[in-house]
Amino acid sequence: MIKLTINGKTIEVAEGTTVLDAAKMLNIEIPTLCHHPKLTPFGGCRLCIVEVKGVPRPLTSCTTPVSEGMEVTTSTPALEGLRKTVLELILSDHPNDCMVCEKAGDCTLQELAYFYGIRENRFGGERRIYGKKDGNPFIERDMEKCILCGRCVKVCDEVQGVGAIDFAYRGFKSKICPTFEKDLDCEFCGQCVAVCPTGALTGKMWQLRGRQKDIKEIDTTCSYCGTGCNLTLHVRQNEVVRVTSKEDTWNEGWLCVKGRFGYSFINSPDRLKKPLIKRNGKFEEASWNEALDYISAKLREIKEKHGPDSIAGLSSARCTNEENYLFQKFMRTGIGTNNVDHCARL
Amino acid sequence: MKANNTVIKVCMGTGGIAAGGSEVIDAFRTELNTAGIAATVEKNCLMHKVGCRGLCAKDVLVDVIINKEKTTYQYIKPEMVSRIVKEHIIENNPVIDWAVGDDYHNFHKKQLKVVLSDCGSIDPEDIDAYINGKGYEAARKVLTTLKPEEAIEEIKASGLRGRGGAGFPTGVKWEVARKQNSKQKYIICNADEGDPGAFMDRSVIEGNPHAVIEGMIIGAYAIGSDKGYVYIRAEYPLAVERLRKALSDAKTKGFLGKDILGTKFSFDIKVKLGAGAFVCGEETALIASIEGQRGMPRAKPPFPVYSGLWGQPTVINNVETFANVPYIIRNGAKWFSSFGTEKSKGTKVFALTGKIKNSGLIEVPMGIPLREIIYDIGGGIEGGKLLKAVQTGGPSGGCIPADMLDTPVDFESLAKAGSIVGSGGMVVLDEDNCMVNMAQYFLQFTQMESCGKCVPCRIGTKRLLEILDRITKGKGKEGDIELLEKLSADIKAASLCGLGQTAPNPILSTIKYFRNEYEAHLKGKCPAAVCKELLTYYILEEFCKGCGACLRACPSKAITGEKKKLHKIDPAVCIKCGACFDVCKFKAVKKE
Repeated sequence: MIKLTINGKTIEVAEGTTVLDAAKMLNIEIPTLCHHPKLTPFGGCRLCIVEVKGVPRPLTSCTTPVSEGMEVTTSTPALEGLRKTVLELILSDHPNDCMVCEKAGDCTLQELAYFYGIRENRFGGERRIYGKKDGNPFIERDMEKCILCGRCVKVCDEVQGVGAIDFAYRGFKSKICPTFEKDLDCEFCGQCVAVCPTGALTGKMWQLRGRQKDIKEIDTTCSYCGTGCNLTLHVRQNEVVRVTSKEDTWNEGWLCVKGRFGYSFINSPDRLKKPLIKRNGKFEEASWNEALDYISAKLREIKEKHGPDSIAGLSSARCTNEENYLFQKFMRTGIGTNNVDHCARL
Repeated sequence: MKANNTVIKVCMGTGGIAAGGSEVIDAFRTELNTAGIAATVEKNCLMHKVGCRGLCAKDVLVDVIINKEKTTYQYIKPEMVSRIVKEHIIENNPVIDWAVGDDYHNFHKKQLKVVLSDCGSIDPEDIDAYINGKGYEAARKVLTTLKPEEAIEEIKASGLRGRGGAGFPTGVKWEVARKQNSKQKYIICNADEGDPGAFMDRSVIEGNPHAVIEGMIIGAYAIGSDKGYVYIRAEYPLAVERLRKALSDAKTKGFLGKDILGTKFSFDIKVKLGAGAFVCGEETALIASIEGQRGMPRAKPPFPVYSGLWGQPTVINNVETFANVPYIIRNGAKWFSSFGTEKSKGTKVFALTGKIKNSGLIEVPMGIPLREIIYDIGGGIEGGKLLKAVQTGGPSGGCIPADMLDTPVDFESLAKAGSIVGSGGMVVLDEDNCMVNMAQYFLQFTQMESCGKCVPCRIGTKRLLEILDRITKGKGKEGDIELLEKLSADIKAASLCGLGQTAPNPILSTIKYFRNEYEAHLKGKCPAAVCKELLTYYILEEFCKGCGACLRACPSKAITGEKKKLHKIDPAVCIKCGACFDVCKFKAVKKE
């Protein structure tokens, strides 16, 4: 264990802990933008700088491991001055169109600008303008709002193992883009959207569907597959307008394209809500009991007429292991056939 | 036979080749052939290509040595070779008209060559030439008679400090690496020289690659590494070619590879080409680049010596640092530390460029006054102009103004004066240089080369550049100088790596010493008459002869006037290209 003091408070933490995490344990708040607890440290936004006794220049607390006897100060007029300069610099190259931004009210940059009271900007100047919009179907990439925190690059590489995007160019022209600046063509898991601290990455289907403050969050489990990721449905006026997942869930807040973006079926007029039975060439609504009776009668009939092996069962990858087990059990003992299979073919 | 014991050495450093060194060598071959001494060329008349010998301004430099008597020729062109062969080699009458003069000798007089001692005299592509001059003896001594700790002790005692810019004690770095308990350690030679106007490392590798390899072998043995990398810019094709040849020769001779010199020590070196990103000279970005990542720096701590390449302890030293090592081992720590100052030992190689007569590659003892470099070695300012300042340390450095020329050139003194030794760029500026423009030039460079990772460097240097742009265009606002100072200080404090932390230095040091020039720009004047937007060109009535030269030279037809009558420039049409100023023989065109 390593003993150190932060703002005069002593704490003992495990070796390898960062100063930022140690400060968190003491409930000391340090502003961050590029840091994400599930990703490797980046140290690019420079907001989490702290002073360490004996070190001539400020260090980023997100990258600096604790050391024995370290004396850390997280807030001084000099540090706050530097943080303000950094924020002003970021905002000097930002559209600052919070009034129409999807992320307003849920944006880390906006939050920090508020706390640091940034109205005037000493450093007005050229702003990055990108004419071309990404034509992919899921993710709105408004790169003028990108602060190059690198979270999206890291999550794509470290968590998803895809590496669809990376930094390109140098200097002020640096940007994050897919290979050769083509339209994004990945698996569209949207993990990048989940970790983006600003409005640079949002879901295309989220556009103009409601502000965070008007949204009711409902926790549920994803029904797409047996993994059972925890979802948070963002509901406005009884309509799901967005799906996210919380970091403290067992799936750590990570989702796939289906869980995150595949929710439009919920309010689809084509969605089946009741069983249908075809009578006289037309589908008619039926009750569950009616439908199940109908199915069992038909199965029995086929089995008696043609034998059990004339029936086959195909189950779904959306079912859990337990459900799939029950299904094959039903086929083998209920119907009496080994003709059972599953749609997942990997 | 006239050609007995004749040696011809032709400078084939990059400077020499650019001036026509290859053609000069070919001319010698042809001339010797036609002179009928072809048969003896191979045996008796040795023709060497040698690396950079310093005074690039006088290339192609050729040594003709007959019976150990050397004559050095300057500005040699292929068509001059026949006379040298006829009069000097055949008739033994040196062509005195073409021989170097006093300035060549003065150029060398105050220099002290350690790293460059073999550069320019041995053939860099011939490993035997290096071995014959005691090459690889130091490696043999270390590997066969010294323990790693003893080798480290020797380097520590010599006081050698990193020549890449930061000046960290080399021996201490090695010692920390030695103590790391790790199966795999790496040693890297940083040859990603990128400062504008710097060519020290390039010249050392082109002129004597084996010294660098030998230094790396000793370093690897000292820290306990079996794998080394030379990270070198792909834009240095000649250096890369000679380095690759040297590595392969060293391997053939058994200085690299398994069980070197019959010991249990094995070590090999890989060449890794950089793609030309300046930031890759920063050690953590360099490591990322070797790992196949984008060259972006990582936060320190942890330092590479604890966790570097692929997370393993890694020593990164500069080319010149490694090249010093064999000479230190050969001659002893005491010998090395007898040069230099108390805290800065040994010598330093500089690339002396700018408005100086003898531009070229020099090596001087640490602590030599800047004045001696400029006036004794450099021969003073070109064209009799007034010296304004000396810029050292490239884009990370600063300016030493003319009235501080007695500043000793060492790590501490230059830092005190607001500049740095850096990797060794030294650009001489005269009265025609605008200091705001100079700062703007360096900021353009650093802004373009910023990796984009951290905010202060990526956006901060852009904003600095914008402020400088408007100042040089006469659109500066009151408070801009103070804003530059404030933002510079914040960028220095908050940036992630050395690039951002030092990028504002050219601004801060020029404001410190030349604030009046900034103030003049705010008032709409560029004192050095450099910044285009602030210039007006006009013709002086009393000098204009009406020759029409300016009229013909003007690309925008801004000049009118009849023959033999006063000409005039229309400021509304003038694009301030300076063509009229350059062509006027009567100094009738003025700009201010």
